[in-house]
Amino acid sequence: MSDIEQIPVTMTVNGKKVQRFVEPRTLLIHFLREDLNLTGPHIGCETSHCGACTVEMNGMSVKSCTLFAVQANAAELTTIEGMANADGTLSALQEGFRQMHGLQCGFCTPGMITRAHTLLQENPNPTEDEIRMGISGNLCRCTGYQNIVKAIQYAAAKLNGTDFQEAAE
Amino acid sequence: MIPGEFTYHRPSSVAEAVAILANHGDEARPLSGGHSLIPMMKLRMAAPEHLVDLGGIATLKGISEDGDTITIGAMTTQHELIASDLLSAKLPIIGETSRLIADPQIRYVGTLGGNVANGDPGNDMPALMQCLDASYVLTGPDGERQVAARAFYEAAYFTALAPEEILTSVRIPVPAAGHGYAYEKLKRKVGDYATAAAAIVLTMNGGTVSMCSVALTNVADTPLFASEAGQILTGSTLDAETIKRAVAAAEAITQPASDGRGPAEYRTKMAGIMVERALARAAERARS
Repeated sequence: MSDIEQIPVTMTVNGKKVQRFVEPRTLLIHFLREDLNLTGPHIGCETSHCGACTVEMNGMSVKSCTLFAVQANAAELTTIEGMANADGTLSALQEGFRQMHGLQCGFCTPGMITRAHTLLQENPNPTEDEIRMGISGNLCRCTGYQNIVKAIQYAAAKLNGTDFQEAAE
Repeated sequence: MIPGEFTYHRPSSVAEAVAILANHGDEARPLSGGHSLIPMMKLRMAAPEHLVDLGGIATLKGISEDGDTITIGAMTTQHELIASDLLSAKLPIIGETSRLIADPQIRYVGTLGGNVANGDPGNDMPALMQCLDASYVLTGPDGERQVAARAFYEAAYFTALAPEEILTSVRIPVPAAGHGYAYEKLKRKVGDYATAAAAIVLTMNGGTVSMCSVALTNVADTPLFASEAGQILTGSTLDAETIKRAVAAAEAITQPASDGRGPAEYRTKMAGIMVERALARAAERARS
């Protein structure tokens, strides 16, 4: 066991306050998955390229594999586990991914949806280009992105109360 | 990939941070956004025993204007640089460059100070700061000193920054209103370092270039201020012959490595192409 001092951290994760002691070198992704049992955020590349570990921290999308848990002290975090509506029904984005077939193997999906959530908070009516640039830090090896873009367009339309027109192929 | 053990410090002032660094010498490293340092720590290529998180020092954030100088706090993120109205109005080349760095998630966290202080030749902001003739404010146990970006970089990861100093802010002289600018970056994919990139700022006066500054990214083990290329272009009307000479002068100072981004000869040639493209866009944007 290391003699490095454990650090107390407090954060709000998916609306709930959590308090733990962590070793300073604990990465946020390991803290979420192993200490809090939130295994929605995935460990993909571990090198901040793939975006599978994306979570929302204080309204920003971050790659939790490249942050120490101690850096998230006092932060508000949302993971895919906190994305559904309060009554348990699917959020507009989750529904969009389902309706538009925005996933195949599903590995990138938690990161994609949490990233898209922040994107739509900042830009409620993004163009296709803005969506593609907005998710450029999230890799998907199955879909070719087409249906992910449609899923985000579907969610934007639903949240804006406008009609979703599926783009012609 | 789990980093080595370290003791975590979270000072709330620059003085406190500098004192910790001075106390631990080479065994301590400051942490800003961490998107260069944490990957290095995960690979155990960096193993600081003391990590000094600058995230709790409020005075290191923010963008302000004082006369002809814009000062950017070291902990200002790329995302904040892009969002800044002041920079959009006075120094739009900064946002243009930030947008070409990494991806959205990393831009929320990665900072200007970390980008320029780390000494990674792949980083984009160092060449831009040389192009703009920025100065870095370095704070150590004996107070502050300023070092010009053009004199800061010594070799890959070696800079004028002493182990007990922190780069606290970047001071940039505001270019003339109506100046032209462009940052052109060739990269293989989003998030990649440049195969080659060029930053250009120029001012035009009735079709003649009255000032021109050129700098290059990732085509040597430091960023390169291409002073000769800038001098050749200054006073010209950007005729084809002059542009050719300036591009050749820029290419001549490159010393790229042959790597996954291409053989050295190719990267030198691409540096020339980036200069040409940046020049064309900067000239188009300049108001005579």
